[in-house]
Amino acid sequence: MNVDAPAVSEEVFQGKQSKRIEDEEVCIKCQDFSLFYGDKQALFDVNMDIPEKRVTAFIGPSGCGKSTLLRCMNRMNDLIDGVRLQGKLLLKDEDVYDRSVNVTDLRRRVGMVFQKPNPFPKSIFENVAYGLRLQGLSNKREIEDRVEWSLKRAALWDEVGGRLADNAFDLSGGQQQRLVIARAIAIQPEVLLLDEPASALDPISTLKIEELIFELKSQYTVVIVTHNMQQAARVSDYTAFLYLGELIEFGATDRLFTNPREKQTEDYITGRYG
Amino acid sequence: MPIQNAGQHILHQFDDDLKSTRNKVLSMGGLVEKQVENSLLALVNSDSSLAEQVAMNDYEVNSMEVAIDEECNHIIALRQPAASDLRLVVAIIKTITDLERIGDEAEKIGRYAIDLATEERNEMNFAELKRMGDQVKKILRDSLDAFARMDVASAFETAASDKAINDEYDLITRNLIKSMSEDRSSVERGLKVMWCARALERIGDHAKNICEYVIFTVEGKDIRHTSFQQALEEFQKKN
Repeated sequence: MNVDAPAVSEEVFQGKQSKRIEDEEVCIKCQDFSLFYGDKQALFDVNMDIPEKRVTAFIGPSGCGKSTLLRCMNRMNDLIDGVRLQGKLLLKDEDVYDRSVNVTDLRRRVGMVFQKPNPFPKSIFENVAYGLRLQGLSNKREIEDRVEWSLKRAALWDEVGGRLADNAFDLSGGQQQRLVIARAIAIQPEVLLLDEPASALDPISTLKIEELIFELKSQYTVVIVTHNMQQAARVSDYTAFLYLGELIEFGATDRLFTNPREKQTEDYITGRYG
Repeated sequence: MPIQNAGQHILHQFDDDLKSTRNKVLSMGGLVEKQVENSLLALVNSDSSLAEQVAMNDYEVNSMEVAIDEECNHIIALRQPAASDLRLVVAIIKTITDLERIGDEAEKIGRYAIDLATEERNEMNFAELKRMGDQVKKILRDSLDAFARMDVASAFETAASDKAINDEYDLITRNLIKSMSEDRSSVERGLKVMWCARALERIGDHAKNICEYVIFTVEGKDIRHTSFQQALEEFQKKN
């Protein structure tokens, strides 16, 4: 038929409207951020705006610097000898590495969950209550409420609500990991850093964690490092691809996984890397 | 990134799967081309036995569609393709649907050819259908070529050539209306000729769709239902 459709706007033409990173509030800002382990440079001039109350995933092959970058966000790298930094890393416009920053405060604002669940050798209740007490909370009722709230938010309450006095090590791996997330959100951080949170878990526990991440983003900025690309695709709003310490591409997840701009990203997500 | 230059997957089996499925699409394309060619030959030569053969062979096209669809399902379930791989699989699924429809149109032409073979020949009608048929064979061949080579420039060019077919169709329709209103007795035959022209016109549309899938696969842009001119300009600006 001789019918040519009327001209359409560029956005419609581009296909499904992806989220636009420019429209988001910035939570964490990396400016020409570089990191050296001794002589070896691990991150090269990373520039990235991590949006607030969204899930941002870091993907890339082993050793590309994604965990290193994540750990900078709550200064976990302070504990490693010979680490040197260049550039800036801002959390809500405050320099994370400024001398005036109290690291304990920073880590309260920026919680972290690791690959292997690391509950304390205490009861389920105490695991979550511990951080609250450190924070100065002493009212028993208040602590109980916060523990329940956190366990509910972490989608664990239904499974452990009746046995809070049990040792945390009696829980399954997936439950332990959700307990650790409950512990992290109990103190109501602004940012939650997740370093391979589901890689040691079975598929069902993994899906529960993913569901949880999706829930959490309404309140927290979530940054997740994952080796599982399908997981990054499922849970995140934005994805950053790092390779050999450089940020290669950063953009809306649905665009990056269907139509990446950079050849290196394309090669990695289609399994042609190497 | 041009699909042709894409490196090997770490998983070689995945490369083999994609390659084999793509090759099957091309075989299916070849079969469909043959069907269209034969239906046209049968039509203009009033060869009803060839026409019957075309109508009979349509099941082969259909079964190829089913087989390729199944392979695509396997690839999606087993390999979870992403980026250009995903676009290629989606494009294949869509392409074979269009190829199957082209097969149906060829079958229709075959059936009309059987009917028309029993009627008095109108040489002018046949000359027009033959001319349009040649254009349609060309657009089909070019679109399959563009698919085989994942060639965006030629996909754009081929898609644009559908307009000439539409113009030809309009011309045939006008002529038929004129002759049918002048001579009432020619209405029955005239309608059959028109349905043949209509089938050819549809084949042109399907071939154009295939070109659009090529553009989608390579460029990652869906240009369907948008301004063709705008898409072409975008592409030219980029390259």
